[in-house]
Amino acid sequence: MKKEDVPQDLSSLGKITKEVCYATDPSGKYTTELSRGWDIKITALDAAWDDIKDRITLAAEKCANNQASPILYFMERGLMDIGIVSAYTGFWKWQVKRHLKPSVFKKLSDKKLQRYAGVFNVSIPELKTMTLHED
Amino acid sequence: MKIDFEHLQAAHCETGVTRNLLKYAGVEQITEPLAFGIGAGLFFVYIPILKINNGPVIAFRTQPGLIFKRTCQALGIPVIRKKFNTKEQAGLVLKECLDRGQPVGCQVGVYYLSYFPKEYRFHFNAHNLVVYGREQNHDEDHYLISDPIMEKPTVLTAYELERVRFARGALAPRGQLYYPEQNSIISDDRMRKAIRSGIEKNIRNMLHIPGPIAGVKGIRYTGRKIKKWRDKLGLKKAGLYLAQMVRMQEEIGTGGGGFRYIYAAFLQEAQAWHPDDRLLEISNMFTRSGDSWREAAIQAAGIYKGRIGSQQDFDVIGDQLVEIAGLEKQAFEALSKIKWHP
Repeated sequence: MKKEDVPQDLSSLGKITKEVCYATDPSGKYTTELSRGWDIKITALDAAWDDIKDRITLAAEKCANNQASPILYFMERGLMDIGIVSAYTGFWKWQVKRHLKPSVFKKLSDKKLQRYAGVFNVSIPELKTMTLHED
Repeated sequence: MKIDFEHLQAAHCETGVTRNLLKYAGVEQITEPLAFGIGAGLFFVYIPILKINNGPVIAFRTQPGLIFKRTCQALGIPVIRKKFNTKEQAGLVLKECLDRGQPVGCQVGVYYLSYFPKEYRFHFNAHNLVVYGREQNHDEDHYLISDPIMEKPTVLTAYELERVRFARGALAPRGQLYYPEQNSIISDDRMRKAIRSGIEKNIRNMLHIPGPIAGVKGIRYTGRKIKKWRDKLGLKKAGLYLAQMVRMQEEIGTGGGGFRYIYAAFLQEAQAWHPDDRLLEISNMFTRSGDSWREAAIQAAGIYKGRIGSQQDFDVIGDQLVEIAGLEKQAFEALSKIKWHP
């Protein structure tokens, strides 16, 4: 890639910092050039976020229909999967999977709920009702 | 206390940290492309049975941590590396290092990294930065951070730093910190040998790893798989998979073209140490490869933007990757034919 061809499409990262790209000068020698972003990557990231938003909406619907516990909703909202929830809460993966069932979730002690609430950065009532005070 | 540490921006976090720490340790010759090449950073692997962020695991670089390790090893510089079981211990050792004037590299998670834009904060735990000072501010410790991705140095509170050092999940850093031994003066001869061994290691990794998923064979394999994604996954999911591939290839920290441009820059620099013009020719091949990766990304973007999406459009990307595999195979074979004089 030639230096003058380094894209300069403003990304959300570009507002905070430009990034270093390696490109060639007119004599063909490599040098670095700062880039504000590239449309192709911006839309790739947008696609990822659209998918995340869909997953959160789907999770909220499942919780409302009693097909999943609120943990699914907060897991998707925190961009986590079962492995990450397990690593942060200290529960085993199979336990997290069980806690995703509404019937099991209802019987969880406050002590266990607090472990989830702490990781998701919400209170226990917020965890149970999924009503959030947006930050 | 603040250490007189030069913050230099880099394309890639680990090579940036490696260069900046080695410079501080006394290795004057080191540059980012040299760190990348000596550390045999160029790679390709697609692991179909693993998922990350609900998408495929595709890497264009070698495993996190290896570049620093290999570069120091090749230069014969001892490395101090520590992991911790408790946060207290991790905090204490960090303070101790800073108090005696030693800047340290830290592996951190990105999800809680406060100075990154929210859109980029996923649960990715193999980011690297340098801590080079500590200041008391309103009763709270603030740490001075040189993150090579950022144009300017930044600051994290003690709590924020602890949180990213103890991010959990895959590749959990467990407070890991590392630095090369101070006063490491490297002779030009040693440098030449390190460059050669880095290239040789990279040839092995790209051409001779058994199985279909790694190296140039992995690129060809991925190209063939992509052609089947549309039928297998449906258009929407296939588009998301392609978006993830493009992010791994181009997103912050690659220098563009899935690290192929940094490697081309490395080969140009290598030619200054080993005057053999074939290195320049092979460097051009990697530039072409980087360009082709970016063309494939543009084609992929057409799909995840919803502008195109026929089977033929997927076939085009697949064929582009197969072609790239051929080009990189040729380039590494040419590298393996170079006769090194010491």
